[in-house]
Amino acid sequence: MQNIGLTPILFLSCGLFFIGIYGFLTRRNMITMLMAIELILNSVNINFVAFNKFLFADKLDGVFFTLFVITIAAAEAAVAIAIIINLYRSYRSIDVDDADTMKF
Amino acid sequence: MNAPTVIFYILAACILAFGLLAVTVRKIFRAAVFLLFSLIGVAGLYFLLDYEFIGAVQIIVYVGGIVVLLIFSIFLTHGSGGQMKKPRPRRVVFGALAGTLGASLTMSFINNQQFSANDKPAVAATAGEIGGQMLSVTEHGYILPFEVVSFLLLASMIGCIVIAVKIKLPAQQMLTADTDDVPTR
Repeated sequence: MQNIGLTPILFLSCGLFFIGIYGFLTRRNMITMLMAIELILNSVNINFVAFNKFLFADKLDGVFFTLFVITIAAAEAAVAIAIIINLYRSYRSIDVDDADTMKF
Repeated sequence: MNAPTVIFYILAACILAFGLLAVTVRKIFRAAVFLLFSLIGVAGLYFLLDYEFIGAVQIIVYVGGIVVLLIFSIFLTHGSGGQMKKPRPRRVVFGALAGTLGASLTMSFINNQQFSANDKPAVAATAGEIGGQMLSVTEHGYILPFEVVSFLLLASMIGCIVIAVKIKLPAQQMLTADTDDVPTR
């Protein structure tokens, strides 16, 4: 564990974050955009845990931030899926390009 | 190269490959399954770093909760799921450009950064330790965010029910729209 070092883990989380960014920019389906957001949040969690493990092993603050991020991600996913299902009822589609009623 | 390093690189390859498949594959159900594998890989990374509690929470909440919720909503909106439309080429080009440029910039910063660890004795992140500090009211306790998050969860639960509940149409509209209760645009 200690011999992996911090830098490879930060590379991993950086790669995962920008994979999520790519998915968020290219996907037009709301559920897959939500999946990209989950990837981004996971990369943030990896960062918190890695910094806590390698730089501040005497504290647990990174662990708590990770736990709260996971909790808020769950709440966010639940609300987003409720909105998506409601949108599907009125538009029969969950493509962001189809829901343009409020577009100026 | 010892065993944890090898396991770390295998896990990292799995996480990145499945993550990339989850955002590029055009069958939505498959994307959800690839996301599931990527999240399990992240949980494996937490176990490798000796944070068993976080790994367990990751599996319970993400794999057991969020991905199942996503698959439910896919079945509610897509049936068993067909192919999605191809993304527009312009979007793919700009998305890939933003991703690679951002990733290379950030990775070069990380590469040049010197991290200095402190030498204080490490605290084992056991469930007991985490729970004790989470519910402590002393200086380093997390009882206030804990309570705030519990209110957030309650609010989001009520909000979900309010948003997603199906409102019954009045009786006179039911006569005309008895088969299809979707309001027209």
